[in-house]
Amino acid sequence: MKVAGTAIKFGDNVDTDVILPGKYLVLIDPKELAKHALEGLDKEFPEKAKKGVIVVGGKNFGCGSSREQAPLALKYSGVKCVLAESFARIFFRNAINIGLPVIECTGISTATDDGDNIEVDFETGEVQNVSKGKKFHVPGLPPFIVEILGDGGLIENLRKKLNKK
Amino acid sequence: MNITEKILAKASGKRSVRSGEIVDANVDMLMVHDLTGPLAVEAFKRIGLEKIWDSQRAVVILDHQVPAESVKAAELHKMMRRFAKEQNIRLYDVGKGGICHQVMPEKGHVLPGTVIVGADSHTCTYGAFGAFATGIGSTEAAAVFATGKIWLKVPEAIKIEVSGHFQKYVTPKDFILHIIGNIGVDGAIYKSIEFTGPTIREMSMAGRMTLCNMTVEMGAKNGIVEPDQTTFKFLEGRTSKALGPNAILKSDADASYEKIIDVDVTGLGSQVACPSSVDNVKPASELSHVGLDQAFIGSCTNGRIEDLRLAADILRGRKVKEGVRTLVIPASKETYSQALREGLIEIFTDADALVCGSTCGPCLGGHIGLLAPGETCVSTSNRNFIGRMGSTEANVYLASPATVAASAITGRITAPEELEAYKT
Repeated sequence: MKVAGTAIKFGDNVDTDVILPGKYLVLIDPKELAKHALEGLDKEFPEKAKKGVIVVGGKNFGCGSSREQAPLALKYSGVKCVLAESFARIFFRNAINIGLPVIECTGISTATDDGDNIEVDFETGEVQNVSKGKKFHVPGLPPFIVEILGDGGLIENLRKKLNKK
Repeated sequence: MNITEKILAKASGKRSVRSGEIVDANVDMLMVHDLTGPLAVEAFKRIGLEKIWDSQRAVVILDHQVPAESVKAAELHKMMRRFAKEQNIRLYDVGKGGICHQVMPEKGHVLPGTVIVGADSHTCTYGAFGAFATGIGSTEAAAVFATGKIWLKVPEAIKIEVSGHFQKYVTPKDFILHIIGNIGVDGAIYKSIEFTGPTIREMSMAGRMTLCNMTVEMGAKNGIVEPDQTTFKFLEGRTSKALGPNAILKSDADASYEKIIDVDVTGLGSQVACPSSVDNVKPASELSHVGLDQAFIGSCTNGRIEDLRLAADILRGRKVKEGVRTLVIPASKETYSQALREGLIEIFTDADALVCGSTCGPCLGGHIGLLAPGETCVSTSNRNFIGRMGSTEANVYLASPATVAASAITGRITAPEELEAYKT
């Protein structure tokens, strides 16, 4: 499983209130949520993300509330993957559970500028900033998490397991 | 093992566990609310099962957008009522409960030594009762509805040993803001925070809940306090389950911690978290230049009866400053009724504060008391992120109920101990 896209970069502690403000939590259609993705930091983000982008964050990406609407908004706005120095734990689990790849990659935020071309290979754990000619190797995710991502999310994974029984 | 490890070992049927190990834990209680529940219900339906794993172990609480502030919210509430009925799940509807993290312990759903997951990040509040409690997302809640289990990485633990006595008007909220200011908003990612020491032993359940509630603001997985007589006394009459001291509920003398932090609260003054990060903490006394448009006393962090008593003590016989709209929101119906009986509601209304029905409301910018661009609010809630309480161009300062009450009177951020000098 590989993804490629141009980077949109944010700083440290990007919280779920700026990813998806509380006033939109009554929306449950992911396409509606996507229209407000990262509205708290960049109102143009949904337009920029449409072509398929990779979000690069600093430390503690996704901190704050447990709202799954935050990773959903990113995924449906066109974000293919989020790379960050570290993630807040609920956001990390939520993203995997809805099938949005998230990878901790030390050094990625300082090595990346907006618009850089990024490639990620989930199997080998290789992250490449093609524009800068920089390569990072990240520890692989545990096999059961890779399986959840491969199935497209936790619900699909659970359906598969329950059908086997 | 420490108390968190002991609870997770028991829940996963193991004799012992170590930090870093991934366990499959049985869930004792699952909570969802009106903003996370609907996505969980949709995900559960996609799994294709008819019934949840155990209807006695799930609770639905409507608290975020109550009473419904829009047709969309009303639709979500309707959906959750139907699901609760279909699945025979306990539902706390409008007027019956209040803010989920207050209702859960009040109604006896939080017991020491249990594993509780909730589709809300402040689920960590229940660690105050010696439970392992952590926030999850909606899809994960759907998986728990289906299986009654959840995978968890056993967290590394930080022990915070607290000693000393709080000065008058300095509260557990000031203490936890001080801690977050030092540790940072990412200083405890994935970790467990265990509060211990003589000051914690003397602390009320309300104070312990405030501490555990805000551990997530440092990125922690859970906050926890060993249960004691204060815990068991609170739970008396709220549960039919047998309670009492138990080896599981105490960390071993040789338990391992990544870090032990000793704090003496004796000299601590009132603290305020400034925009737009919870670790941007300064002494209240240094912020008297900050003028206010709104003051808010409430939320799962500080909407309890002890908080309202403290605020009322300061507001009694005074008026809030012209131009500072002041909202008071008791955390639950029980809190509201108690405040009525004690005459606190009248003190607030006499002071020109507006008392609203129990809801999360302004804390997350959902409804009631949103902020316009350029406005400033001082709040007893837990987050001051950009746009948290309305406009992305508004400013939110977080403080204790005493500081918020004192600030509402003067119209600028005011340490309560300095209020004496202020002439109304």
